[in-house]
Amino acid sequence: MTSAPPTSPAAVPEPIEPGNSLWHDAWLRLRKNKLATFGLVSLSVIAVACLLGPLLSSYGYEEQNLDLGASAPSAAHWLGTDTLGRDLLVRLLAGGRISLAVGLAATFVALTIGVVYGAVAGFFGGKLDAVMMRSVDIMYSMPFPIFVILLMVLFGRNILLLFVAIGAVEWLTMARIVRGQVMSIKKMEFIEAARSLGLGRRRIIFRHILPNMLGPIIVYTTLTIPGVMLLEAFLSFLGLGVQPPMSSWGVLIKDGAEKMEEFPWLLIFPGTMFSLTLFSLNFLGDGLRDALDVRSSKD
Amino acid sequence: MSPVSPASSPSPILELRDVRTHFPISSGFLFKRHVGTVKAVDGVTLALAPGEVLGLVGESGCGKSTLARTIMQLVPTTGGAVILEGKNLTTSNAAEVVGIRRDLQMVFQDPYASLNPRMTVFDTLAEPLLVHDVCSPADSHARVAALMRTVGLAPRFMQKYPHEFSGGQRQRIAIARALALEPKVIIADEPVSALDVSIQAQILNLLAQLVRQMNLSLVFIAHDLSVVKHISDRIAVMYLGKIVELGRAADVIERPRHPYTRALVSAIPTPNPDIERQRQRIVLPGDPPSPLNPPSGCAFHPRCAYAREICKAAVPPLASFEPGRDVACLRTAEISNL
Repeated sequence: MTSAPPTSPAAVPEPIEPGNSLWHDAWLRLRKNKLATFGLVSLSVIAVACLLGPLLSSYGYEEQNLDLGASAPSAAHWLGTDTLGRDLLVRLLAGGRISLAVGLAATFVALTIGVVYGAVAGFFGGKLDAVMMRSVDIMYSMPFPIFVILLMVLFGRNILLLFVAIGAVEWLTMARIVRGQVMSIKKMEFIEAARSLGLGRRRIIFRHILPNMLGPIIVYTTLTIPGVMLLEAFLSFLGLGVQPPMSSWGVLIKDGAEKMEEFPWLLIFPGTMFSLTLFSLNFLGDGLRDALDVRSSKD
Repeated sequence: MSPVSPASSPSPILELRDVRTHFPISSGFLFKRHVGTVKAVDGVTLALAPGEVLGLVGESGCGKSTLARTIMQLVPTTGGAVILEGKNLTTSNAAEVVGIRRDLQMVFQDPYASLNPRMTVFDTLAEPLLVHDVCSPADSHARVAALMRTVGLAPRFMQKYPHEFSGGQRQRIAIARALALEPKVIIADEPVSALDVSIQAQILNLLAQLVRQMNLSLVFIAHDLSVVKHISDRIAVMYLGKIVELGRAADVIERPRHPYTRALVSAIPTPNPDIERQRQRIVLPGDPPSPLNPPSGCAFHPRCAYAREICKAAVPPLASFEPGRDVACLRTAEISNL
């Protein structure tokens, strides 16, 4: 079988043509989507600013200047100061770190639990699947803000706990999505082909099933982050989240809302920043969904 | 009851003995109730000689694909034995099956679903070679290139992805993958039914050529006699999980014995319009029965023009009617001259 058919030309090695993976095609489609590109760019700018901004500023986020008090935006304080004379820009960027970190960490917890749980239920199926997914249904019906508030009251106001609590709330939908994906992919002919070739179970899961369900997982992850950030803001707004002098966007919005009539910039800037981030994430998530959707590919 | 052994070889490479694959149907929440059984494959006995092409035909839902998956051990067998070169696959443990399976490979029906869309042709073809240590990673490039040439694909496409190929090209990739481990037997489950008619002939010719070159045995499944008649040495006709007729391809086409085969043969179109106009088609009344609730006796009796009272009571065994021909019909002898 190693003999070349007579039709092939003499031993001139043909150059191997590069292929376009589905990921590459998806990236091209994403770049064509203006809103998604805008979301990606603005998110990158916000993330870099939050990471580097507080280091470059001459003010600290907890540095008070009680003589100054609340001051409107000026050359010295670009976004003004709060009632304790703290620079709002630095507090906004430092708070962004917390908000983004909560968003990412909680989503990561949700992703890990959800993918493992959903994959186990979907791959093994049967009674195990039925028990696991009915448990998810039951957990869905629990009022989660109250659950998180209870945790906060019981275990104290700990940011780490906040991550875990929110992650533990958000994995349910991920588990359902992953289970559905695994169930549909494991019935496909290329999985039967892999089994016919005598490939091991681990190889089938990681090389054949997982890469084919990454699309929906990525999309849902991008759409989970804003939800988690909103939840963090909501908890901080209630005074159950991040505690002063630490800041987060939720804390800043809460403080700003209390004084919005006298010092409107304290609400406007954090509110704008938070909305811009949520919009960007949602635009990016929508763009990714369109770009990764197999039905819209060339088939 | 004994199957037709091709005269050329006494020892079959693949043998099925009374193979049964039943699927239980259950309903209920958490605690399942058994409500019935689909007998998708119900007592199939067959022998495949080395280098032989066996065409397996039957209408949709008759259990052809389940039989293919049973042979491949992709679905659990309910009973009987699948024997490849003397080794019984149904009683082997999973590790042994993996070893034996190298000699038994499958080409699937839908080339759009049978290739992993996230893997390049190279990855798809090199994976079995590397997993089974057939060759070193350094040699894999040359091996994959050779495989691609074998099935008529240019090796320069090896870094492309399945979605960049046409249906016929994808089926060539799937055939190359089945050949990668140099198997002795290939099960092809309707390999051309998802392709354009113009491409079907190319893939059929490729399979026929590979069978000759590599001395492969091939089980070629189709729902259409006109597709299998050119490629097959023998033809087996399946109806509702059982084989109803088995014989040399030309004999089965020219002198079908079972009433069901007669109807299938009468449906083959002829290229000559004068003959085509005179062609008498046997149109079967009714639908294929549900395998969940098959008719009593001979499963074909409700649609059979020759059925008598006895057909409702007795199940006809697949019995030798003449040398090289097995038929499962109680009235084979009576109706053979009709």
